Amino acid sequence: MTLAATAGHLAAGPTPLAAASHGFLSPTGVEIAFVLVGLVTLGAAVVTVTTRQLVHAALWLVVALGGLAVEYLLLTAEFIAWVQVLIYVGAVVVLLLFGLMLTRAPIGRSPDADSGNRWAALTVAVAAAASLVWVVVDAFRTTWIDLDGPVAGSTAVTGASLFQNWVLPFEALSVLLLAALVGAIVLSRRAKADRATDTGRPTTPNGSDKGGVR
Amino acid sequence: MNDALDVTLRLLIVFVVFLAFPLIVGQTEHKVMAHMQGRLGPMYAGGFHGWAQLVADGVKFAQKEDVVPADADRRIFQLAPAVALLPYLLVLLAVPIGPGEGAVGQVVDAGIFFVLAVMGVGVLGSLMAGWASANKFSLLGGLRTAAQLLAYELPMLLTAASVAMAAGTVSLVGILDAFEWWWLPWQIVGAIVFFVAGLAELQRPPFDMPVADSEIIFGAYTEYTGLRFALFLLAEYAGIVVLCGLTTVLFLGGWHGPWGADGLGWVWTLLKTAVLAFVVIWLRVTYPRLREDQLQRLSWTLLVPLSLAQIALTGIVKVVIQ
Repeated sequence: MTLAATAGHLAAGPTPLAAASHGFLSPTGVEIAFVLVGLVTLGAAVVTVTTRQLVHAALWLVVALGGLAVEYLLLTAEFIAWVQVLIYVGAVVVLLLFGLMLTRAPIGRSPDADSGNRWAALTVAVAAAASLVWVVVDAFRTTWIDLDGPVAGSTAVTGASLFQNWVLPFEALSVLLLAALVGAIVLSRRAKADRATDTGRPTTPNGSDKGGVR
Repeated sequence: MNDALDVTLRLLIVFVVFLAFPLIVGQTEHKVMAHMQGRLGPMYAGGFHGWAQLVADGVKFAQKEDVVPADADRRIFQLAPAVALLPYLLVLLAVPIGPGEGAVGQVVDAGIFFVLAVMGVGVLGSLMAGWASANKFSLLGGLRTAAQLLAYELPMLLTAASVAMAAGTVSLVGILDAFEWWWLPWQIVGAIVFFVAGLAELQRPPFDMPVADSEIIFGAYTEYTGLRFALFLLAEYAGIVVLCGLTTVLFLGGWHGPWGADGLGWVWTLLKTAVLAFVVIWLRVTYPRLREDQLQRLSWTLLVPLSLAQIALTGIVKVVIQ
């Protein structure tokens, strides 16, 4: 959602200073492609949250995430683009679909797939989008990527900057993920232990076992 | 103009390979399985040892009616075979077959990530097929596919990372340029883990729980007929070609060979890929299907620790030789 807006700003809204070398009225092919892919991504993201068909929402999410990957490619960040596909499309969406199929995935519309929180959600989404657009536009106002020069987002460049300039945030994030992992294991083990004490009560071998599991 | 011609020619070659090699593997599977089981296999189609059997199969599939179940989600049901098949075509573009930049469809800077990411997308096709068929056997197949992918993606990535560490690059072309013969014993554990995890991702026997015919008919593909079913089968064999090619490039040195690497490097690549494809077929004939819990246990308690150990070994050796 934020991306298309950003795309519009980046591609079509240069400041007067930059206007000399980057025309406002004559966008390059890459800029046009960026805006178009941004629009597709935005559309897919909106359909993801508005459709009443649960699995369709997950599949539209694939389109939105794939569109984001294409945007990264257009910004010359090739490594980030493939990691985006690998992690989000390959793992997160598959996990999402797995969860949906395991619990409830009816074909057709789910009338109860709406929630009373829609206005609160919309407010939060618009606020988050506005602040992100503002931050990005303010930070990169006159920055242009030189497409003919050395590649700015290749794996080597990304790796070097990640492990030289950004190594502390990187490690902090690793610790955060590790904590989440340990937390998940602790939670699942506790649930198992609870179940064990439940079924440990004297029960008849047939029938009431199921009650114990619940 | 020359550039455009060059690109067109490369795309054309990759496309022909994409269409021809899976059929060759499929025909080989017919014959090898038959001879391992004391049969002859197809003998009539085309005359000489039934060489045209798969062409005949293709014609048969094309003639069949394309049925979509009444309760199915039509669009997703019809889209699924394309989602399953096209990623393998994209992956083939990035696999280098000989030395130099002339022998690869398209040089991709982050090659390993590209091929693994795009291969992961292919599984979405099976999930879509399993869900959209409105059939409980298909849904079970889809579930098993997802569970299997989640379990085996991790060891595959870790072992690929080990090779990238050894070569100091994530580009497939760069890895081949850096290859030395002693990488073979150094990375052998990673190679086996990668190959086994890849087999599981392709749902080939003994990891064919998602399509287990004696339990859930044909898993996610139960409701498919005609050409769409043929596309799923083609995706499986294209997957074998891609997996064997990738294992060759990452672990077996691709176009490197004892002699003739300069002019005939591509022969080495093809030869190694063919031997691996034979192993894939051999495994199918040899091993019984793993149960779902055995399948998960194999990944989480054996393959993941082994790949982590391989990464540790790679790191230690890398530091020592520097």
